[in-house]
Amino acid sequence: MSIKGKAYIVGAYEHPLRKAPDKSVAQLHAEVAKGAIEDAGLTKDDIDGYFCAGDAPGANAFSMANYMNLKLRHFDTTDCGGSSYLVHVGHAAEAIALGKCNVALITLAGRPNSEGSSGTQVRERGSYLPDAPYEIPYGPVTVNLYAMVAMRHMYEYGTTSEQLAWVKVAASHHAQHNPNAMLKNVVTVEDVLNSPMISDPLHRLDCCVVSDGGGALIVARPEIAKQLKRPKVKIIGVGEALKHQMGGKVDLSYSGARWSGKRAFEEAGVKPADMKYASIYDSFTITVIMQLEDLGFCKKGEGGKFVADGNLISGSGKLPFNTDGGGLCNNHPANRGGMTKVIEAVRQLRGEAHPKVQVKNCDLALAHGTGGSLGHRHGSSTVIMERE
Amino acid sequence: MRDTSLNPGDQQYFDAAAAGKLMLGKCGACGEHHHYPRALCPFCFSDKVQLAQAKGTGEIYSYSVSRRAGPVVYCIAYVKMEEGVSMLTNIVDCDLDTVKIGQKVKVTFKNTEGGVAMPVFTPA
Repeated sequence: MSIKGKAYIVGAYEHPLRKAPDKSVAQLHAEVAKGAIEDAGLTKDDIDGYFCAGDAPGANAFSMANYMNLKLRHFDTTDCGGSSYLVHVGHAAEAIALGKCNVALITLAGRPNSEGSSGTQVRERGSYLPDAPYEIPYGPVTVNLYAMVAMRHMYEYGTTSEQLAWVKVAASHHAQHNPNAMLKNVVTVEDVLNSPMISDPLHRLDCCVVSDGGGALIVARPEIAKQLKRPKVKIIGVGEALKHQMGGKVDLSYSGARWSGKRAFEEAGVKPADMKYASIYDSFTITVIMQLEDLGFCKKGEGGKFVADGNLISGSGKLPFNTDGGGLCNNHPANRGGMTKVIEAVRQLRGEAHPKVQVKNCDLALAHGTGGSLGHRHGSSTVIMERE
Repeated sequence: MRDTSLNPGDQQYFDAAAAGKLMLGKCGACGEHHHYPRALCPFCFSDKVQLAQAKGTGEIYSYSVSRRAGPVVYCIAYVKMEEGVSMLTNIVDCDLDTVKIGQKVKVTFKNTEGGVAMPVFTPA
């Protein structure tokens, strides 16, 4: 059984704020839910499935279902960090295909910007973690875990800091057209290399922003999608994977995208070269290079060459990516960038991206997320969508 | 180094570290080493696992010198040990600007703020 064509993304909404000190996390979740429901042309009473992750208050569905007074017959609180919301799209499509719900709401929200969160802090990830006593004293933080992946990539494949910088340069070219983007200034390779070294080899401008806000999606069965007035974005392939330290046989040279991408492309019956647009998780510049290789947009080790010289810039490059400015320049709400990856792909497929970055005849797009850390344990999730 | 709470079963590894020994998990059924130590072998799922002393030498698989994560510059690394498994650790007691992937290193020990001995590595 396949989910291909069994569900559509009918609503998408990104919160316009990047700093929201006076709003509660629950309020932000509810505001993005309202935005996505209205975007779809539905009402709250149409929602019978709800999906949220660890950013929801209490890290469960109870509080937000109660806050929004949802009447649900299906819910799912799968958490795999920033990739959760792409997994939710897949799980929502599966639930709809099995008749478990008709209209699924997915929400993400948080306020790490107001709360002073940073990728240079040791994160408290929960209680009873079996790995924590063997890791936390060494000071693993988000940025140095990804930095080790970049360092190994440079060692194995000759990837350079200039190539990493091109990812940020491309994102900044897109962000200049997004009035809500946190960083709207166009930067050069030199700007990235001259920004302060945070954790070798990652400079400040190799790192994503820390922002408040959030986003939401509505996934619905085909009969409902056909009644709505919005352009139709059909889900045609999904894949999810977890990769970890493999009992101590650590291999930082590839990510779970190798598995999630293959599953999604096989289900969709398309190839990487068919994609007109790609949203690629960009917590750091190295994240993009790794995922492009593992998804099959280029050979392993050639990601640095692939992204160089503006190849990811819409209008001039071969693979337009993150045309909202991505996590590197626009938004990385709740330190989880998967939601905004799907939202920008939906904008592209609807023809509603900013005219300066809209891909012509964008009928096939991919969104990919990574959650947790490529440096120790992460979730990978791929969603392929087609405009009907 | 900051402290974290241990789980039941962890104490033996850290007691050995306090005595200057680096231990790895070793399975009595399939013979594979693993890290971090756990109650069931992550390869064959046997419960015949015990701690075995590692040789304490290996090479740096990857590393990063964190220059702006807290008041002290420090080097996080994965060290691949001779037994074939890698552990997350720190590289210490050397000029951090000279650290390289492939560099031979040997184990030494540093205490956390709370006095728990942690295996770390220094150039061999």
